[in-house]
Amino acid sequence: MAITAIKGKTALTGNSAIAYAMKQINPDVCAAYPITPSTQIAEEFSSYVADGVVQTEYITVESEHSAMSACIGASAAGARVMTATSSQGLALMWEMLYVASGMRLPIVMTNVNRALSAPINIHCDHSDSMGARDAGWIQLYSETVQEGYDNLFQAMRIAEDSRVRIPAMVCLDGFITSHAIENIELIGDEDVQRFVGEFKAINPLLDVERPVTYGALALQDTYMEFKYQQSQAISRAKEVVIEVGKEFGRTFGREYGLFETYKLEDADTAIVILNSAAGTTKVAIDELRAKGVKAGLLRPRLFRPFPAVELSNALKHVKAIACLDRVDSMSGFGGPLFNDIRSAMYELDARPRIISRIYCLGGRDYKVKDAIAVFDELANVKKTGVVDELTKYITI
Amino acid sequence: MTTLKELSAKKELFTGGHRLCSGCGIPPIVRLILRSTDAPIVATTATGCLEVGSTIYPYTAWRIPWIHSAFENAAATISGVETAYRALRKRGRIPDRDMKFIAFGGDGGTYDIGIQALSGALERGHDFLYVCYDNGGYMNTGIQRSSATPMAAATTTSPAGDVIPGKQSWRKDLTKIVVAHDIPYAAQASPHNWADLSKKAEKALKVKGAAFMNVMSPCPLGWYTKPEDSMKLARLSVDTCYWPLYEVEDGILKVTYKPKEKRPFEEWIKPQGRFKHLFKPENAHLIDESQKRIDLEWQRLLDLDGKRV
Repeated sequence: MAITAIKGKTALTGNSAIAYAMKQINPDVCAAYPITPSTQIAEEFSSYVADGVVQTEYITVESEHSAMSACIGASAAGARVMTATSSQGLALMWEMLYVASGMRLPIVMTNVNRALSAPINIHCDHSDSMGARDAGWIQLYSETVQEGYDNLFQAMRIAEDSRVRIPAMVCLDGFITSHAIENIELIGDEDVQRFVGEFKAINPLLDVERPVTYGALALQDTYMEFKYQQSQAISRAKEVVIEVGKEFGRTFGREYGLFETYKLEDADTAIVILNSAAGTTKVAIDELRAKGVKAGLLRPRLFRPFPAVELSNALKHVKAIACLDRVDSMSGFGGPLFNDIRSAMYELDARPRIISRIYCLGGRDYKVKDAIAVFDELANVKKTGVVDELTKYITI
Repeated sequence: MTTLKELSAKKELFTGGHRLCSGCGIPPIVRLILRSTDAPIVATTATGCLEVGSTIYPYTAWRIPWIHSAFENAAATISGVETAYRALRKRGRIPDRDMKFIAFGGDGGTYDIGIQALSGALERGHDFLYVCYDNGGYMNTGIQRSSATPMAAATTTSPAGDVIPGKQSWRKDLTKIVVAHDIPYAAQASPHNWADLSKKAEKALKVKGAAFMNVMSPCPLGWYTKPEDSMKLARLSVDTCYWPLYEVEDGILKVTYKPKEKRPFEEWIKPQGRFKHLFKPENAHLIDESQKRIDLEWQRLLDLDGKRV
């Protein structure tokens, strides 16, 4: 790989930036299976292995199910473990995602978001990671290549934190981010190593002097206590995300929180949206602001655990909110982001009107005019106080 | 070769107190295999009788590091453990010493749902031993048919009905499939012949790369047999040549046991409730067909004995 610059800006695709971040982390074991649009991560990381620039042992598994199974074996053995996937690959891993989180193994995975079949579609939407939202993994979403790159290092720290010990998934948009070339700020290898630190295994299988049993059968008398502890641990991740985001900011000049806001402070209408579409929405907001419309944005970064109190506090002054989901949970009641945000807002005494809009499934282009149309709708809701359609498909 | 006295003097790594059925073939298989090396062992087990019976939290029957993660992925899980061992050893984070990695799975977890993960791990050449305990069905979930279930045997998903007399296909020859991967060592064994089984396990754990053992495992519950008859039935499965004992070492096939007098298939199935319906006159032909198949396969093995396969 011809990436040489370690200071200043370097032009990289999202996939190359993730592979480069993995190279800099230099994990003990990586087990991955190629799938569009995350394939280049596996390809480029394989080159790093083949060229001996990392000491990682790379397992070229025969499926994503085996990828996650091998990650689980390696992580329980005491290794720092990373992988990457997309779409059907994540779906095939689904069973093992729960095993990884249930065993409290701090595996870090990049998921390059892509639609799920059928019909088959290789382009971006969030049905893959949203389908896995209840698998007990920390989920960090990334707007840009830079954020995806930065998130990977933070994910490692958060997952491995002794208060947490929960696997983490970094999500970025397929093609839109994974294949877009962006000028990003790379961190030096030594700084990366200093930031992620050395991995400390807890009860590893390879400590043969202290044999441990992983994956025992827990019945009615103990299963719930395991799940309670897991629930407590993922809840604690929120504070660690904040801490690590601040430390990252102090160290590298780019601070991250639980979510990003854009012109939200005085907004009376707002869009809540994940990943790359936030950029387009910001352009729409600038256009509307120029016309005197008080539009704003909230882009969740941490989706699991769900920072309900912080999100509702940030949105409570807004009169009308649209939650845009690039996925339909097929409940007949809007997308997952809508449902979680709306539920979080229920605790407020004075609640904004909140609508669900499903947009741009299967990689359909999200345009500035689409965001403006949503803000126009919100302006009407604000004015009349009436919601005509609570949930609706747009960009169709 | 290790003597019985030496074997019995070794520390028990799979303890008593587990909850496998009396007469189950699995515990003697596991105990013999864990005694076949002096190196530290890390093991994994596919979901199934062995896993459920040995690790009901907070108890464990394993005195070695052990992991169970799911049903179809024992080979992939051990791939991860073995790779972590190489990675951490290379980086000097664990002691620089030889270790052994063993995956155990039943025939359901190996012949059926786990065959993809097994094939992948064998092809990649991880340094591990995969042990399949073959009791001819999904016994843990209540005796359903697997692709290892013998032709015409009755199970709860291939019952002997008024129209269909039990399972309607020949069992898959998994050992043959494994041998086609050209791994350094593959063998079939049976716990009644502890000497043969131990010797094979020693070899399998000594070779560099992937090794595989397919071991006959009597199941009183699923075969409808008496617990005290298990070892007798294991012996009969071999003496009838239903379950030939052989190994393929670096490509050379060797039949490791040839019965002095080959017993008729009928002798093995007669005491087993799962074959009861075959002794009705209208089903007698099924016994004959099975016998022909066994004869052919045994002859194939004898023809290949000592040859490169």
